[in-house]
Amino acid sequence: MWDYTDKVMDHFRNPRNVGAIPNADGTGQVGSLVCGDALKLTIKVNKETDVIEDAKFETFGCASAIASSSILTEMIKGKTIADASKITNQDIADALGTLPAEKMHCSVMGMEALEAAVKSYRQGGAPVVFEQEEEKIVCHCFNISEETIIKAIRANHLKTVEDVTHFTKAGGGCGRCKGEIQKILDKVNGAAEKDTSSGQKPFAQMTVVEKIKTIERVLEADIRPKLNMDGGSAELADLEGTVVKIRLTGMCSGCAGAMGTLKNFIEKTLKEKVDPSLTVEQA
Amino acid sequence: MKVIYLDNNATTQCAPAVVEAMLPYFSEKYGNASSMHSFGGNNRHAIDHARQQVADLIGAAHADEIIFTSCATESDNTAIFSAVRTQPNKKHLITSAVEHPAIMEPYKYLEAQGYRVDFIGVDEKGRFDMERFKSVLDEDTALVSVMWANSETGTIFPIAEIARLTHEKGALFHTDAVQAVGKIPVRVQETAIDMLSLSAHKFHGPKGVGALYVRRGTRFMPYLMGGHQERHRRAGTENVPYIVGLGKAAALAQERLADGTSARIAALRDRLEQGIVSRIPDVKVNGDPEHRVPNTTNISFGYIEGESILMYLNDLGVCASSGSACTSGSLEPSHVLRAMGVPFQFAHGSIRFSLSDQTTPQDIDLVLNELPPIIERLRKISPFSRLAA
Repeated sequence: MWDYTDKVMDHFRNPRNVGAIPNADGTGQVGSLVCGDALKLTIKVNKETDVIEDAKFETFGCASAIASSSILTEMIKGKTIADASKITNQDIADALGTLPAEKMHCSVMGMEALEAAVKSYRQGGAPVVFEQEEEKIVCHCFNISEETIIKAIRANHLKTVEDVTHFTKAGGGCGRCKGEIQKILDKVNGAAEKDTSSGQKPFAQMTVVEKIKTIERVLEADIRPKLNMDGGSAELADLEGTVVKIRLTGMCSGCAGAMGTLKNFIEKTLKEKVDPSLTVEQA
Repeated sequence: MKVIYLDNNATTQCAPAVVEAMLPYFSEKYGNASSMHSFGGNNRHAIDHARQQVADLIGAAHADEIIFTSCATESDNTAIFSAVRTQPNKKHLITSAVEHPAIMEPYKYLEAQGYRVDFIGVDEKGRFDMERFKSVLDEDTALVSVMWANSETGTIFPIAEIARLTHEKGALFHTDAVQAVGKIPVRVQETAIDMLSLSAHKFHGPKGVGALYVRRGTRFMPYLMGGHQERHRRAGTENVPYIVGLGKAAALAQERLADGTSARIAALRDRLEQGIVSRIPDVKVNGDPEHRVPNTTNISFGYIEGESILMYLNDLGVCASSGSACTSGSLEPSHVLRAMGVPFQFAHGSIRFSLSDQTTPQDIDLVLNELPPIIERLRKISPFSRLAA
């Protein structure tokens, strides 16, 4: 059960401006049946003053999608195209009181439909489908581009992959793009520096102490937290050339899946984060 | 406003007779069943009685084959990890693609630990792919865990046949029977089932108690350690009032299975389903009508979204559930409907109605009267409804 505000419920139960304006001056569409939500926004604009005189919507989606669309039509009526274009997804959410975090993408959908409708108006009125930039699609389940993700991170000060999923849906399907979303977050939030400064020197050129310290850092940052979740841990026992000897401790020691953990998780992580030449053996 | 509760696969009302049976064990009979004094020790008899009642409901040969747990999720986890730990040399596991997360998540965990795992798919009616199952089952298979009945569609799997084939290859067979027990006859003795999970609150018992059936002679390792309770198979002080409640609910369920209640529920369900299909265009019944528990129907309403339907129903006091993405907070529609290949224009608009013996003809009439205008209203808002015309 979602915690919807009275305002959301009011716009859901009594949606304003439902329908499509015939011969609209601007038509913006976003979403699809596959995505689970879609919005078609039509606007009537006074060409002398650039003021939006009427707006109507059709929405396929949940209560918050319908409410976001409904309130958007109220917000843009009477505004000039220039002023309407300044409306952000946060403005839509604020107008509704608030939206549950998982539902913020509904407000984003409203913003995107508006963007498309404005573009349609400026291009002479032919319908415009909001499109993600094809070449930079990050989330293929929901067809979300890097640009959309960056925009959402900047506008809403997003910090985690989960945040990005809530606002854009990216990462909410198969989840395969979560690593890439993290990288985009790091880049936008300026955290990328740390990662590159740590292990830039090629592994082969490091001193033994540097090698051990680098491996230990990855163990601590990327490996132990996951093992700890299952009540286990791992220690670096020895290093012979590129063979890393790992001792599994806690619940991991004697676990039936220990070999799987060593090869599929620890070795894979070390290859990725330290050097592809590394192999892991049980100490 | 009267609540019209059509969400009995999510949970059921704890029967008044069950509550009454439980109450003394919260207050005057609070003793620990493991104590040496008779004040506590007498509660042992109450637990044994409940154990027999549960054994009778599922047709177990011996009461000591029933282990009480805190819920079916615990029962499922216990069964899976026991099967894996008692057969350390076998590295292959099988389940279906439409299981409850209490099966799916441990299986995915074990897959990440290096196990080979096969998730057997279903056809468009949600029927188990027996040919695929036979082709992957081998001597390395430690466990086959397949649900008896699906929570979302009510589809019943051919459990006896799957269990028999599993035994031929020397693997253990477990079934999550949460949606079957109490709804259809379950006779474990007549099958090759090694382990079975059930939950009290799905058949008018309390939440927070379940059971795991483990056939005598089955290799077993406890999940919770640290006590002698349940003959060392499930540590932790016995939850006497809840165990008594589960026992009473089991006895009541057995009476209902014998007195024609199922047929009455099925008739109401069919009336609801046929009424919807005849009144509303562009609907699709999901699941296998030939093999289905009597209380469940899953219906997709094309070109609209399930949460919106539920919210309008909620305004009328009608409780149901949906496989739509939006209702769960996940972004994709139900894994069960997707495994069945239900097209997206229908998957997002699926509603499950699950009835109980408390459902009345008046409840069904109200839904049949109120639902068509709700669907019409949402389709008017939807940009896709003209696709349907």
